[in-house]
Amino acid sequence: MIEFSDVSRIFTVGDQQVAALRNINLELVAGEYVSIMGPSGSGKSTLLNLMGLLDRPTSGIYRLDGQDVTTLDDTQQALVRRDKIGFVFQFFHLVPRLSAAMNIELPMILAGVPVEERRERVVQLLQSYGLTDRADHRPEQLSGGQRQRVAIARATIMRPLVLLADEPTGNLDQATGKEVMSLLEHLMEQGVTLIMVTHDPGLGARASRQLHMVDGQIVSDSRARG
Amino acid sequence: MKLGDTLLFASGSLRGARSRTLLMMLAMSIGVAAVVVLTSLGEGARRYVVGQFSSLGSNLVIVLPGRSETAGINPGMLLGKTARDLVLDDAQALLRSPAIRRIAPLTVGAAQASHGGLNREVVVMGTTANMLLIRHMDMGQGQFLPQLDPRSASPVCVLGATIKRELFGSQQAVGAWLRLGDRRFRVIGVLAEQGESMGMNTDDLVIIPVASAHMLFNSQALFRILIEAKSRDMIEPARRDAEQIIKQQHSGELDVTVITQDAVLATFDRVLRALTLAVGGIAAISLSVAGVLIMNVMLIAVAQRTREIGLLKALGAPPAEIRRMFFAEAVLLSAVGSIAGLVLGEIGSMVIGQIYPKLPVGAPWWAVLAAFGTALITGILFSVWPARRAARLDPVAALARR
Repeated sequence: MIEFSDVSRIFTVGDQQVAALRNINLELVAGEYVSIMGPSGSGKSTLLNLMGLLDRPTSGIYRLDGQDVTTLDDTQQALVRRDKIGFVFQFFHLVPRLSAAMNIELPMILAGVPVEERRERVVQLLQSYGLTDRADHRPEQLSGGQRQRVAIARATIMRPLVLLADEPTGNLDQATGKEVMSLLEHLMEQGVTLIMVTHDPGLGARASRQLHMVDGQIVSDSRARG
Repeated sequence: MKLGDTLLFASGSLRGARSRTLLMMLAMSIGVAAVVVLTSLGEGARRYVVGQFSSLGSNLVIVLPGRSETAGINPGMLLGKTARDLVLDDAQALLRSPAIRRIAPLTVGAAQASHGGLNREVVVMGTTANMLLIRHMDMGQGQFLPQLDPRSASPVCVLGATIKRELFGSQQAVGAWLRLGDRRFRVIGVLAEQGESMGMNTDDLVIIPVASAHMLFNSQALFRILIEAKSRDMIEPARRDAEQIIKQQHSGELDVTVITQDAVLATFDRVLRALTLAVGGIAAISLSVAGVLIMNVMLIAVAQRTREIGLLKALGAPPAEIRRMFFAEAVLLSAVGSIAGLVLGEIGSMVIGQIYPKLPVGAPWWAVLAAFGTALITGILFSVWPARRAARLDPVAALARR
C-alpha cells in the first residue's frame, strides 16, 4: 500500500544540511492502523508530509498503491492527493468563509464532480457525522469537536485509500478527542488505512501498529495487540 | 474544477473581503468612467465641429482671392503686381464646369443701416438667390433675394433676425424701407433665427443682391465664391475645374485659393480625433493604476490566504487550478468594476450633455470597448504574478502556519 525504499529528506538550513529523514524503509498494508510517535523534530511530520505527497523526498522511492509517485510532476501528484489521500490536521484548516457543508464539499468541487452527486454525498456525510443541523454554520460558529468532524468529513468525502492525521486531537479537550478518535477508528471498518502522528503515547497505543521515531529514523516498529 | 464552481468560489472569496473588493472596484470603475467621459467629451467636440461645418452647406467648395505660396516666388511679385480681384465674371464662368451645380458670389462690407429713428452698423452681404440653397438658410418671413441676373442691381434686402428685432422691434419689417448707407432698400424677407455657425452669425446680417453691394461699396471685388458641387464625389473635380477656370480667366495666373469644405473638415476631424485619443490615453493611465492596485490587493490576498491555498493544494488542487481561481477573482473584480465604470461614465456623459446641450456628447463605441478591454486586460495581466505566487506556495509551509 505505502512503500518507502531508502527514503531520505534533507533540508538545507543556511549552509547546513539537516537530515529530517534518513534512509527510511517502510511498508504499510492496506487497512492498517498506524501511529507514528516520537519527540519533536524526530521527523514524524516530515514522514507524514511525504506520505501525503505534500513534500518530495531528497532521495529514495515512494510507492503508493503500487505506483511510483516520486517521479510524478506537481499536477499529477495533486490528482493522486485528491483521489487517494485524505488529510486531518491539528488546526482543522477549514475555510473560514465557507459553511460547514461547503467545506465538506470542497474536494468534490475541486474534482469537478457534478452538483447532484456532491449534494447527495454531503447530506449523507453531514448525517453520519451528526452535523446536519450545523450544515450552514461557518467554522467560527462551530465547537472544536464539530470543526474536526467537519474536517474528517471533508477528508473522507472522496473515499480515499489513506487517511493521514497530524495530531488530530491536539487541539481538543479529552472528551472531544476521544469522540474524534472513535470516529476515525470507525472509518477503519470501511477499509481506510489510517496513519496518525501523535505526541500522546496513550493515543498512539490504540493503533495496531506503532512506529517510534528518533532523529529521522524509525527506532521501533511494534504491532501491539495484534 | 468546473468553470461555474471556479467563478462561484472566486466571488465567494471576493465577498469575504468586502471593503477591499469595493475599493478595488471603485478604483477600476473610476478609471473606466474617466475614459468614457473624456472620450465622449472629445467625440462630442468633434461631432459639434463637424455638425457646424455641415450646416455651412453640403459639398461646398470655396474660392478665395489671392494665393498663399509656401514655396518659390510668384513672378507677379517681381513685377509688383498684386493679386487680381475676383469678379462676377469669374463666378459666372465657373458654371461652365459640369461638376458644379450652383454658385453664389459673396461680397461683404459694413454699412450704416437705419430705419425710422434707429440706426446701427451692420455687416452687409451681397450675394445671389443661390446663397439660400448653398448655405441651407431658412426664411422666417417673406422671401429671399429673387432669382435675377447677378449683374443687375435691385433695391431689395433680407434681414437677419437680430437686425430685424433691433431696427423694427415688433413692427412688420417685410415691405418696409431700410436705408443702407446712401441707398434705400425694400425689406422682402427676414431670415429665421439660426445662431452662430462657424464664426458667421447670419442673424446679424443684411443681405442684398451682389450688384447692389458693388454699387454700395463702389467695388467690383468679390470676397468669396461659394460653389456647390453636384455630389460628394464631384467635390474634387469641382475644385480642379474651379482652379482651371479662374486661371483661364486671370490670363493663366492662378491667383486664387480654392478650398473644399471636406479638406477643412477632414483636418478638424483629424485634430479632434487625435485630441480625443490623447485624453482617452491619459484616462487609460488611471486604468493601469487601477491595475497596479489590483495586483497589490491580489498579493495581499495571497499572503492572507496562505493557509487556504495550502489546504486547497492538500485537497488536490493542481497548481493550474490555483492560478485559475485567482485569475477568476481578478477577472470578476475588473469585469464588475468596469461595468460599474461604464454606467458611471454614461451617467457622467449624460450630465455633461444636460449642462452643455449643444454638445452632442456620447462615448464612441470604440472607446467603450477599449475602456472595457483595457480594464479587463490590466486586471488579468496584473493578477498573473499573484496567481503564480499562490500556485507556487509550498503546502507544507502554508499549512504549518496557524
